[in-house]
Amino acid sequence: MDTQLFTIAVFTENQVSLLHQISMVFSRRCLNIESLSVSACSIPGVHKFTITCKSTREMMEHVVKQIEKRIDVLKAFLHTDDEIVFQEVALYKVPTESVLKSREIEDIVRKSGARVLEIQPEYTVFEKTGHTVEVKDLFDRLQPLGLRQFVRSGRIAVTKAPVELVDEFLQTQEERKHKLNK
Amino acid sequence: MSNKISGSEILIRSLIDQGIDKVFGYPGGSIIPVYDRLYDFSDKLHHYLARHEQGAIHAAEGFARATGKTGVVIATSGPGAMNLITGLNDALMDSTPIVAITGQVQSTLLGKDAFQESDVVSVTLPVTKWAIQVRRPEDIASAVARAFYIANSGRPGPVVIDLAKDAQTGVAEYIFQPCNFIRSYNPDPEVAHEIIDEAAKIINNAKRPLILSGHGVTISKAEDELISFAEKGDIPVGCTMLGLSSIPTDHPLNKGMLGMHGNLGPNINTNKADVIVAIGMRFDDRVTGDTKKYAPNAKIIHIDIDSSEFDKTIKSHLHIHGNAAGVLRRLTEVIDKNNHKDWNDSFSRHAKVEDERVKARETNASTPDGKMLMGEVVSKVSEAFSHDAILVTDVGQNQMFSVRYFSYTRPRSVISSGGLGTMGFGLPAAIGAKIGEPERNVVLFIGDGGLQMTVEELGMIMEYNVGVKIVLLNNNFLGNVRQWQHLFFNSRYSATPMVNPDFKMLANAYGIPAIDVAHRDQLDEAIEKMVSTEGAFLLNVNIDETDMVFPMTPAGHAVDEILLNATEYYKPV
Repeated sequence: MDTQLFTIAVFTENQVSLLHQISMVFSRRCLNIESLSVSACSIPGVHKFTITCKSTREMMEHVVKQIEKRIDVLKAFLHTDDEIVFQEVALYKVPTESVLKSREIEDIVRKSGARVLEIQPEYTVFEKTGHTVEVKDLFDRLQPLGLRQFVRSGRIAVTKAPVELVDEFLQTQEERKHKLNK
Repeated sequence: MSNKISGSEILIRSLIDQGIDKVFGYPGGSIIPVYDRLYDFSDKLHHYLARHEQGAIHAAEGFARATGKTGVVIATSGPGAMNLITGLNDALMDSTPIVAITGQVQSTLLGKDAFQESDVVSVTLPVTKWAIQVRRPEDIASAVARAFYIANSGRPGPVVIDLAKDAQTGVAEYIFQPCNFIRSYNPDPEVAHEIIDEAAKIINNAKRPLILSGHGVTISKAEDELISFAEKGDIPVGCTMLGLSSIPTDHPLNKGMLGMHGNLGPNINTNKADVIVAIGMRFDDRVTGDTKKYAPNAKIIHIDIDSSEFDKTIKSHLHIHGNAAGVLRRLTEVIDKNNHKDWNDSFSRHAKVEDERVKARETNASTPDGKMLMGEVVSKVSEAFSHDAILVTDVGQNQMFSVRYFSYTRPRSVISSGGLGTMGFGLPAAIGAKIGEPERNVVLFIGDGGLQMTVEELGMIMEYNVGVKIVLLNNNFLGNVRQWQHLFFNSRYSATPMVNPDFKMLANAYGIPAIDVAHRDQLDEAIEKMVSTEGAFLLNVNIDETDMVFPMTPAGHAVDEILLNATEYYKPV
């Protein structure tokens, strides 16, 4: 079975226990979540989970349906990388002394398109956004030059579709509500 | 003057406004305020005290399964709530509408390992359709309304309301607000005309169509629709275990039960069919056997209210996501009137073999020591109740024999733990069923193992005079495991023989009349006595422990690879 990295976008109500309800669908099937990012989305009261996971399409389709089955979940979508525009952000802390000592760090950082977030006498923090490989590449280059701390966010993504996919569902539900109350 | 009432009273008024007049439960420290108010409302809301929380929730399940209404169970925090888990999972697997209300410690103590504190919401989320903790009295009414809406709409299931003690004792205003809409939930999806037309086309072109009727038909009260659909298309029907009473046993198109211990006809013909219409069933592994060899010739049309069931184990050619009753009504309108005489007759050949090779042996037995076989007992009891009773089973051989040899004439006549296979389900579920449907006869078939798992609920029968007829198929063995040990583990009966108490004395201790049926010669008279006696009764029937359930598709085998006995596979001619 071919496994690949999938990105799952889950739109939920902003309520307690949603993370547990979503993560248990993965743990039940012994699936490891590669990255997770959660925040409020553009629709008031709606939160968006962006989850990446390596598995087969068949398995991921089941997972998405079972997530969507949870009452407080509005809609869940399964994407491959070609369907989305995605990004992650990473922070790198190096001793300021190392930066000043040679031009090497400065060159690497310039070429990578990272930017300086903060410079203190003790340390300097760079920020880099990009795909996983790009972020990892900068890590690999800075590692031998005295990297002190490194952290990287989960993936965030938007689809290439012209509209927010959850809107259609909300619209149908709005019409249902209207009919029910008539 | 303030209109405020306590959270406990809001809860009770909410239950009454939901149309609930019976609840099952067990009190404890963190739910005392609710029980205190219940004391004042006992004329409107009757509380049945179980002897264990597991008994309470299985009784609520039996009540819900028999009536179609939502079963309500109340328990205290910590151990009380934890004892509900098996029942919640059972209700989730078998789509049973349950609202479970658990007491919870004072909200200020939450997360501090307070006395009898359990993280109920986290523990129950995987085994419920929805679970919520309520910490303020003003949130109770809306939580209860949502809980009932969720539990008994779409694909029904269990819901937990975890009620902190201060929410019970605090005060708030109460206004009844029924819930019929949740933005993130659509229990009644619309089915497009094109899909109905496409399904009709597939069905009309079928030469060997087969309907698989599941629990969803019963849940959506689609029994009449199923029969009209089957009759118009002249399509044979195979039933899952929980779908058994969706069509009367003696209906000419009812070809019997599907699955591991199902009938030969529908199992063999599953792999001959060119079109399968699966209604409210989920292709459980006990139904399909080896999925790679399942229905290789069939286009499958899968009708279900739960879209996560589509393509879960068996790929279908067409999904119809909707309510079974509505979909069947529309399908019946558009399909052609048809005739599949030869195909329908082909089931009889297999049925004849099953009658001669399996059923005759089981129902006309003559063991020298007079020990009886389960099949003969079940068919005689079914007959004695004019095939009109509600059958409740426990789990194991008693379950397989009773669903195979009992006959059904009315809907909602099979209550059994299908998905989870919960031993100990039977006795409390039968009690709940009888409380829900007091006018109907309720017959429980149960083994000596399962009876002892929740035997304490004989106390409910005693206290509330519940007229359940209990047929104890007693072989002093955990019979189903024994059967597998015999067939697949070299007859090494590890931990399956049981040293049993005197069940007649046990029943008598609870004021329940009982007869020991030691010999076949006594059976007819004993059944007659049970039927004619008002109220509860226990027959302790001496069963031959070597008896095994057949036909049998061993786990992992194809649906048409069927053992007729311990050594011989069925070879259709």
